[in-house]
Amino acid sequence: MNSPLIKITDLHKSFENQIVLDGVNLEINKGESITIIGQSGCGKSVLLKHIIRLLEPDSGKVFFDGEDLSELNFNQLISVRQRTGMLFQSAALFDSLTVAENVGLSLKEQRHYSKNEIDKIVAEKIDMVGLSYAADKYPSELSGGMRKRAGLARAIADEPEVLLYDEPTTGLDPITADMIDDLIVDLNRILKVTSVSVTHDMKSAFKIASRIVMLYQGKVQFDGTPDEVRKTDNPIVQQFINGNATGPIQVR
Amino acid sequence: MASALVGLGRKGVNFVVKLGGMAIMFTRFIGSLPKFYQTFGLTVEQIYKLGVQSLPLIVIISIFVGAVSAWQAAYQFKFIGAPLHYLGHAVGKAVVIELAPVLSAIVFAGRVGAGVTAELGTMKVTEQIDALESMGISPIRYLVMPRILACLFMVPFLVIFANFVAIVGGLVVSVIGVDVSAETFLSGFRNSFKMGDLVNGLIKAGVFGFIIGLVGCYEGFNTKGGAQGVGKATTTSVVISSVSILIFNFIFALILFRI
Repeated sequence: MNSPLIKITDLHKSFENQIVLDGVNLEINKGESITIIGQSGCGKSVLLKHIIRLLEPDSGKVFFDGEDLSELNFNQLISVRQRTGMLFQSAALFDSLTVAENVGLSLKEQRHYSKNEIDKIVAEKIDMVGLSYAADKYPSELSGGMRKRAGLARAIADEPEVLLYDEPTTGLDPITADMIDDLIVDLNRILKVTSVSVTHDMKSAFKIASRIVMLYQGKVQFDGTPDEVRKTDNPIVQQFINGNATGPIQVR
Repeated sequence: MASALVGLGRKGVNFVVKLGGMAIMFTRFIGSLPKFYQTFGLTVEQIYKLGVQSLPLIVIISIFVGAVSAWQAAYQFKFIGAPLHYLGHAVGKAVVIELAPVLSAIVFAGRVGAGVTAELGTMKVTEQIDALESMGISPIRYLVMPRILACLFMVPFLVIFANFVAIVGGLVVSVIGVDVSAETFLSGFRNSFKMGDLVNGLIKAGVFGFIIGLVGCYEGFNTKGGAQGVGKATTTSVVISSVSILIFNFIFALILFRI
């Protein structure tokens, strides 16, 4: 058995007296497509950000490919981050740059590629997300769905091994959301990446996940395949996937 | 009473946290300096945006700074019966040593410090800074270094213009309003001019520029919340920069001008 690509052990994180993660343990194997579900504000995005050390844990460890992230120096951390791509909740495109410049930025800053090579890679990635017609537009000129697609193109620009998706479908209409889900499934298949997505959109979770993890009260409440999630008699999971306001989950 | 003390204590702690945070950003800035060559283009862009585009504003305020100092000096000279051929001397000293560096820096803090904090603060709350980090690009090198360097170089550059324009403003007011000839004003200025004063003024301006850049970037990077947070960070940035400029200016006076 290979060791997991990402291993999270006993992760704790609080913000100003509010406990967000309270001992999370999670192992993610190479090639898996994991979806982390849970209520808004339950720490899903916080967990995701720990995987590339955008946040530092209060206690606990995060290992990436066997390496303890907290012990990496700046350059080692950069090389870990270059092996990952992240799609942010609001896409987080740089608003002073066009779509093409956004997608090409990490390549340009690495200084290993000529301008022609960058242009070629950028055109290819933008084409993969079907945004070629908007390559020279600025983020403020794009719709929500187009921004997510541009963010996706930027996340895959550097051929990452791991893709992190922070609420990829939040704020989109159902049709656009489904299109983004299809795109994620396609990208995961074509690029053969390990993917970790965070969502509270169950339709999206069932579509893109090979394994679903539910966070509740700062801990992993459930961990299983989409089928196991559907069949479980765990009342917390059932309440969440069915979207019932009454049940064991207290809405704060 | 107790809650007032707690509030005061919390403010004190926040102040120390801020100082510590700025010190950390400062050391990371210094640490990134060897990679300056990768940031050259971005620095040039910031020099233009922050510095060159501030020139018209600095020129306008400097005309009036020179004009009012000539007018007020003449008024006081008349009051105490001092000879008006010292007008060029008084205006020159006041402008080169204090008025041009300090007022230019404060106006620069209002225009550029606020702009830097608002821009970086918006990037922070919309996760653009996280996005940079996630791509393996150092935000210190990509965002902070070009802005601090631009402020560091451009405030002294602007002060050179401010000096020149303020002296001209003083000269015009002296000739037209006070009836001192241009030759008298300029010979007073020439006789009192010391290169050391100019250099000291420019060194001060560099320090002020550095403070504006560092505070502007720090407050931007530590913005929390949404639009309200950006507004608050921007205000804090200008307040801290302006107060620090005046405090450091006093320290400079104590060190450089021993009585």
